[in-house]
Amino acid sequence: MSDLKQTALHDLHVELGAKMVPFAGYSMPVQYPLGVMKEHLHTRAAAGLFDVGHMGQVVVRAKSGSYEDAALAMERLVPVDVLGLGEMRQRYAMFTDPNGGILDDLMLANLGDHLFVVVNAGCKDDDIALMREALSDSCEIEVLDDRALLALQGPQAEAALARLQPSVADMKFMDVARDVDLDGITVTLSRSGYTGEDGYEISVANGDAVALAQKLLAIEEVEPIGLGARDSLRLEGGLCLYGHDIDTTTTPVEAALNWAIQKVRREDGDRAGGFPGAGVILQQLADGAPRKRVGLLPEGRAPMREGVAIYDAAEGGNEVGRVTSGGFGPTVGGPVAMGYVSAEHAKVDTPLWGEVRGKRLPLTVTKMPFVAANFKR
Amino acid sequence: MKFTEEHEWLRVEGDEVVVGITTHAAEQLGDVVFVELPDEGTTVSKDDEVVVIESVKAASDILVPIDGEITEVNGALTDNPSMVNDDPQGEAWFFKMKVSDASQMDDFMDEAAYQKFIG
Repeated sequence: MSDLKQTALHDLHVELGAKMVPFAGYSMPVQYPLGVMKEHLHTRAAAGLFDVGHMGQVVVRAKSGSYEDAALAMERLVPVDVLGLGEMRQRYAMFTDPNGGILDDLMLANLGDHLFVVVNAGCKDDDIALMREALSDSCEIEVLDDRALLALQGPQAEAALARLQPSVADMKFMDVARDVDLDGITVTLSRSGYTGEDGYEISVANGDAVALAQKLLAIEEVEPIGLGARDSLRLEGGLCLYGHDIDTTTTPVEAALNWAIQKVRREDGDRAGGFPGAGVILQQLADGAPRKRVGLLPEGRAPMREGVAIYDAAEGGNEVGRVTSGGFGPTVGGPVAMGYVSAEHAKVDTPLWGEVRGKRLPLTVTKMPFVAANFKR
Repeated sequence: MKFTEEHEWLRVEGDEVVVGITTHAAEQLGDVVFVELPDEGTTVSKDDEVVVIESVKAASDILVPIDGEITEVNGALTDNPSMVNDDPQGEAWFFKMKVSDASQMDDFMDEAAYQKFIG
């Protein structure tokens, strides 16, 4: 009766008592019997296992066989230094459009002889079409539909995963390792995630996914975590959700993702520009953008959710921005939000007001993340 | 105790009615993180949105089930919204009201009918 796609772990989620919801065309677990709040807190305290198999995994391999050729081709689509990415290292990137807007955000990894790309579920068909269109002259684009993706996140993720393979403890933030044996199951993994915690993202053959998930869930520190807590974790972590905090109407500079655009791709860099929207993006990098994504900390207890209008006065005044993601932060113990405000109101500690159910409630522009990141550098 | 199709319960207490949400509703909402209550003394009509309740997932309104006047609100919920999950049909009542027309109470379900309603 449903056209929803399923990940390799679907039946396991149901068995674990997950509440399944449609998300980006997939049936996904929004929460398990533990509930969103406890799942969130468990991930910050111990380790949480997430199914992110709905995301797209793509190999970009230059026909020449060299990583450099694949990297240079990819640089035509992203404002990021792909060529300079070290072997077995990973980096955040975004596909931009000719107006400087963001088509999707993604992770790029240098696997020695090819690029490994992970894109959002909701954008993956367009992303794959984009890469095929733009890169096929020099590269083969291979979609890894036969692989699942698991994330193990939290301060005890290292200890938990090291029980299956001690060497994973040696990986640093954004390191990648290939053909790693996790208690008999071969995986490719990176030390990264989407929670603001230390952890790993593990690409595994669909046929091995359930067995690996069960091995991980059998470890005492590990609980399964749904999309609900994934969202509150990434929000506290100050991380963007595509389609909400970033989209084709926001540039990387407006989105405060300048850190993802390395010097070599900026004005006066060796490979300056050469990506879609470079004119707008380089100009904004030099002169600043008219608006900026910022953290917003509501003063009271009322959550300020996506769409809440932000004003520069408790009464009257002007609308100066909008909330793009907001809710309750279980670790913060109160509401947290992020959104766009005009540049003159984007300074940390600026007092502003969000209009909730007709009432202007005070909030403050705040540095993100809301919860200190816990990466293993 | 009587129940509405909006998943509220009503309990007659002297000449007042106490109103809260059902265990089923609390389970559906998930972890409650914010409750906004009306002012005591407010005159209300059936279906007025008087209580805002937010869970980690979403905001919902609680509608007044019956015409009357709000006589007392449960201020403890404002400081400790998770009470709604812990004891929805007991400690976590939302408000008490004086009912204008007691015959409106006849429209509501008894426990057996409500259990059937939620299936």
